[in-house]
Amino acid sequence: MQFDPTCRYLPTHEWVRVLGDEAVIGISDYAQSELNDVVYVELPEVGDAVEKGEEFGSVESVKAASELYAPVSGEVIAVNQDLETLPELVNQSPFGQGWMIRMKLMALGELEELLDVEAYRALCEQG
Amino acid sequence: MSYVPLTETGRRDMLSTVGVSSVDELFTDVPRQYRYPHIELPPPLSEMEVLRELQRLSETNADLQHIVSFLGAGAYQHFLPSVVNHITARSEFCTAYTPYQAEISQGTLQAMFEYQSMICALTGMEVANASHYDGATALAEGVLMAYNVLRGQRHKAILSPAIHPEYRAVVRTYVQGLDIEIVADDALANDTRLPERIDDDTFCVAVQNPNFFGELQDMDALRALAEAAHARRALLIVVGYPIALALLQPPGAYGCDIAVGEAQPLGNALNYGGPYIGYFACRQQHVHKMAGRLVGQTVDVGGKRGFVLTLSAREQHIKRERATSNICTNQALCALACAVYMSSLGPAGLRRVAELCYHKAHYLARGIAQLRGYDMVTSRPFFNEFVIRCPMPVRDINATLLRHGIIGGLDLSQVGQDLGPDRWTDREMLLCATEVHTRRMLDQMIHALEQAS
Repeated sequence: MQFDPTCRYLPTHEWVRVLGDEAVIGISDYAQSELNDVVYVELPEVGDAVEKGEEFGSVESVKAASELYAPVSGEVIAVNQDLETLPELVNQSPFGQGWMIRMKLMALGELEELLDVEAYRALCEQG
Repeated sequence: MSYVPLTETGRRDMLSTVGVSSVDELFTDVPRQYRYPHIELPPPLSEMEVLRELQRLSETNADLQHIVSFLGAGAYQHFLPSVVNHITARSEFCTAYTPYQAEISQGTLQAMFEYQSMICALTGMEVANASHYDGATALAEGVLMAYNVLRGQRHKAILSPAIHPEYRAVVRTYVQGLDIEIVADDALANDTRLPERIDDDTFCVAVQNPNFFGELQDMDALRALAEAAHARRALLIVVGYPIALALLQPPGAYGCDIAVGEAQPLGNALNYGGPYIGYFACRQQHVHKMAGRLVGQTVDVGGKRGFVLTLSAREQHIKRERATSNICTNQALCALACAVYMSSLGPAGLRRVAELCYHKAHYLARGIAQLRGYDMVTSRPFFNEFVIRCPMPVRDINATLLRHGIIGGLDLSQVGQDLGPDRWTDREMLLCATEVHTRRMLDQMIHALEQAS
């Protein structure tokens, strides 16, 4: 089970990786293993404004459909087009090629409220 | 699977677990005087007596073996090849339940897959589901799907006033509680003005071809409507008559996004109004927003071809309140009848049926137009339905026709409320002819109309 130390996490299993004033967001390895084969990812449009805690899309597997919650607030500047034809990238590379959206950050302070990798790992191990 | 009946011991155990001593105690909430009402039923009859009684009752009904009908307006009489009932009556199909367990449902799943594939071929669309209840709810589901494709961020649905009035009423029922406004189906609106009504709050435009009055829509106008919708990122929904689709350009050829309609004419009898079957097809890019059962082809662990219900995460038992719709069933036996019908006729045979419908309706129209007192109201090209104006109220003409064993066309003043009271008087009749009408029947109708006036 992979836990990326360069990310911060929501208890709902979304991760965010900050690069300057931009953030990349996806779901964790734990999340993808619980979901099983991802068949469809619904993402927002470039230009959409998203609030921390707000639902920004959903991910569907063969057996479940889960909402995706924004770990931070910002404006969507890119979405991963590859997921349209290759949703399995979420399973294969949840922290890499399975990234979902990139945002321009509104409030860097919001990151403090998120779980760091150790806190997130502990949460997952609790089950 | 053996049947396991309830035993006395089992019953006693359940009662004591629940905390009562008899089944009667479970009904104490019902007031005593209503608990075990006495119902005056006649004594039981033997099987022979029951059959005789049912036979007597059924003979009080007219039927299409003995009466000729010229009604259309959403339900159509077509000839059903014997092979259709021969297949649908097979107990493996007739008693099959929901195919949730793929391993024991390959027969019904494959039949649905074939049906879906044929609907795609007929409509020119990329993916079709395993069917809805009827044409009206299929259109309503199409509107809901378009709303969801546009993520609920737009609120206007344009419905052509020439769509079947009952379909439009059902759409209104379905969008209750949602932030959706139905526009443009005011009675006197002209179809050709629809592109002007499309704005940035529009999520779909729906038209019917042939329309409720049998009129064929101009291809260039349909293409222009599709372009106008797409320019604003709205979806085009087309309601179609499946027999006509064998002769006309399919919706997929002129920019349709969602093709829906009543598939009853394909292998299903009139059935006194139902069960009917709604077909539903759309573009592959929108399939995740499509409601309804969907059968897919796949391979098993041994590499052999198999069929399953697929993309189940769309459905409400997984997506719950975020699903496009709560539909989770289909009209499987009706869909099987459609598939058998279409495969027994083939594309050439189906086209021939459509040609016969077209020519017989035009023969009938020409004959009536020549009668004194009767006028053709329909001026645009039509498929197999058209409107005439009668010299007397339709109600009276139809009463006379019935005495001669003929069911006349639809009295348009009966649907006048939905289409605007000014538009139709009590003299306009919507007539339909199909391949079942012989030349003799058509001549008899023309003659009867002449006599009735």
